[in-house]
Amino acid sequence: MAEWICRTLRDGGLEGEHAPALTINDTITCSLGSFVFDHILSQLSSFIHSQKSQSSGIVLVAFSRSPLYYEQLLKSKGYNVSASTWFKVLDCYTDPLGWKSKLANSGIIANDSLGSSVTAKLCKNVKDLDEVSEMLRHASVSSVASLLSELRSHGQVSSLFWLIHSDLHETRATAALEYISSMKATVIVQPMDGLRGNSACLSLMENNLKRGKFNVHVKRRNGRVKTMVEELYVENSTINFAPFSTEGEVISQSLVPKVQFNLQLSEKEQNDRAKVILPFEHQGDGKNIQIYDGRKSLNESKGDSEQTCLEKEDSGRGEIIYFRDSDDEMPDSDEDPDDDLDI
Amino acid sequence: MLLLKSKTLIEKSKPPNYCIINYQRNQRNYHSIRAVMANALPSNLLDESLGGSSGGGRMILVEDCVETSGAFVVHHLLKRALNSHSSDAVVFLSFSHPLSHYDRVLRKMGCNLSVQRDNKRLLFLDMLALDHLDRNRGKTSEDILIALYGEIQKAVEISRSHEARHHITVVIDDVSLMEVDANGSSDLVLDFLRYCCSLTAQFGCSLIALNHGDVYSTVDQPNLLLQLEYLADIVIKIEPLATGLAKDVHGQLTVTNRNLRVDSGKSRSRIHNFQFRIKDNSVEYFYPGSKT
Repeated sequence: MAEWICRTLRDGGLEGEHAPALTINDTITCSLGSFVFDHILSQLSSFIHSQKSQSSGIVLVAFSRSPLYYEQLLKSKGYNVSASTWFKVLDCYTDPLGWKSKLANSGIIANDSLGSSVTAKLCKNVKDLDEVSEMLRHASVSSVASLLSELRSHGQVSSLFWLIHSDLHETRATAALEYISSMKATVIVQPMDGLRGNSACLSLMENNLKRGKFNVHVKRRNGRVKTMVEELYVENSTINFAPFSTEGEVISQSLVPKVQFNLQLSEKEQNDRAKVILPFEHQGDGKNIQIYDGRKSLNESKGDSEQTCLEKEDSGRGEIIYFRDSDDEMPDSDEDPDDDLDI
Repeated sequence: MLLLKSKTLIEKSKPPNYCIINYQRNQRNYHSIRAVMANALPSNLLDESLGGSSGGGRMILVEDCVETSGAFVVHHLLKRALNSHSSDAVVFLSFSHPLSHYDRVLRKMGCNLSVQRDNKRLLFLDMLALDHLDRNRGKTSEDILIALYGEIQKAVEISRSHEARHHITVVIDDVSLMEVDANGSSDLVLDFLRYCCSLTAQFGCSLIALNHGDVYSTVDQPNLLLQLEYLADIVIKIEPLATGLAKDVHGQLTVTNRNLRVDSGKSRSRIHNFQFRIKDNSVEYFYPGSKT
C-alpha cells in the first residue's frame, strides 16, 4: 500500500487536474512519520533516477532536518545528489528567521553554509515539505493552506507531500490541510489490549517506538473515500510495511476472565444455538417488526391477514401474522401489568 | 595520567583529571589502582542507557517535576562532559543558579569547575547577572535571544579552533526560566532552541536542556513540551514513584532513545526505566527491586 502511494505520487495528476497531494500525520506516541517521509522520498528518488517517473526532479523544503541529512540519506540509498540536477533542497532549517545572517552581518559569527544547493529551480517536479508543523508555527493556517493549494494547482508541480505532527496543532489546522490533500496517511499506535502493569507499559512504549499502524485514506475522483490499513515496523533504520493482521484482536478475544465455570460455547453448542427457531418476529426474513399503532382498524388488519391466510392456505401452509401492540417492556418497570384491567 | 612514585600511598589529590598513587608490587595496591580507576570513570545505569560514549550531534531533554528535581541529572551530565575526554568543552547557560552553586555541587562529586573554566574547557554564561547582554538597556526579548545565540555560536567556533576540541556540549538550565526571561514568549524560546539544535548538525555538538514538565501540564495545549520532545534525540524523565514516597528510593528515571537511526546493529532496548537515590556526594541508580 505504501508502494501504491509512491506510484500514485510518481504518476502525478491527469491533464487539467490538481496534482495529487499526500499528508503524513503522526503523534508523539508513535512518531514514525519521519521514517515514512524518508521512505517515500527514497522511492520517488529511485523512480526519477531510473527515469521511470513523469517528473524530472524533486524540490525538498527542509524545516526540521538539515539538507545535509537528506544528502546523506539519499547517498546511503545509492544516489549521489550533491552533483545532481534533479534534487534540490530549499534550506529552511539552518537559518529560518535570519538570525545567523544578522549576526554574521554584525561580524559576530562566521557565515558558514552547510554545503548544500539552495536554489529551487522549478521544472516538472515533485515537491516535498518536511514538517509543515514548523511552517504553521510561523505562519497562519490560511497562508499555509493557500500556499499548498497554489502548489497543487501549479502546472509544473506533478505531486506534493508533507509531514505534520497532529498533536502540535488544533484540530482545525490539521483538518484544513487534510482537506487540501488527496491522500492522507496516518501513523497510529498499534492497539495491544490486555496489558497491565508498569513493565507492560514500558514494553508498550518500546513497541510504539518501532511499530505502528499505517492508515491511508484516499479520495477518489468519483468522491468515494477508500481506506487501507497496513502495519509498519522499523528495524536497522529502515522501514518495512506488512499487511495488517488481526493478531491483536485474537489476543483480546481470548482474554476472558478466569473463573470456575465455562463461559465459552463449544462448537456443538454454537451449532445448536444457530438452529434454534426464534419467535415469530425474529425469523430474520428481512421483514420489519411491525407494531400495531392503532391507526389501522383491526378489521382491516384482519382482512389483510385473512387474505394472506387464504393465499397461504392455497399453497397448503399456514402462517401466523402477528402484530405487536407495544414494544417489549423493560424488566423491573414500575408499571403494574394488571393496571389496565378494567374490573 | 598515573604518576608512579615511592612506596607510601597518597590520597587522590584535588584536581580531577589526574591522580597520584603509589605503586608497590603487591596485590593491595593493584586493587587500589583498580579502585581509583573505577572512581575516575564511573559507569552506572544512566551512562549505559545514554549509550556510553559522549555521542556528538544529539539533543538530550531532561524533564522533571516539583516532586523530583532533575538537577542531579544535569550535574551528572556536566561532570561526564568535562571528564570524558581532555579535549571536550562545555558551554553552560544558567538561568537558575550562579557558578558558585554548581561549583559547590560538582566539587563534592570530584570535579572542579573553576579549574575547568580557567583551562577554557568551561564557558559559564550567567543569565542572572542583569548587565549580561545589556538587558537593562531596553532591548527586545528577540534581540536578547539573538545576541545570546550569537555568543553561543561564537564560543563553539572558538572552542573548536582552539586545540582541536573534539566535542562541545551546550547545557541549558532551564528552559522554563528562559521563557520567563523572554517575557513568556514560548515561540521565541523554541526558535532559540531550534537554532541551538542546528549547531548539533553544523558542528556536531550536543545540546542538553532541562525543562519542567508540570509547568506546562495545565495548559490546554502543552505545546512547548511536545515540541521539545519532538526535537530531542533522548528524553530523560524524572518522576516520583507511582506508589508514593519512600525512604530509600527517591524516584524513577525513564530514558527514551527516540533516535532510531542510530542503530549499533545489536538489538538494544530503546527505553530504560530504573530508580535512583540521591546521596551526599553521588547518586545511586538501580533497577526496581534490586536495591540491597
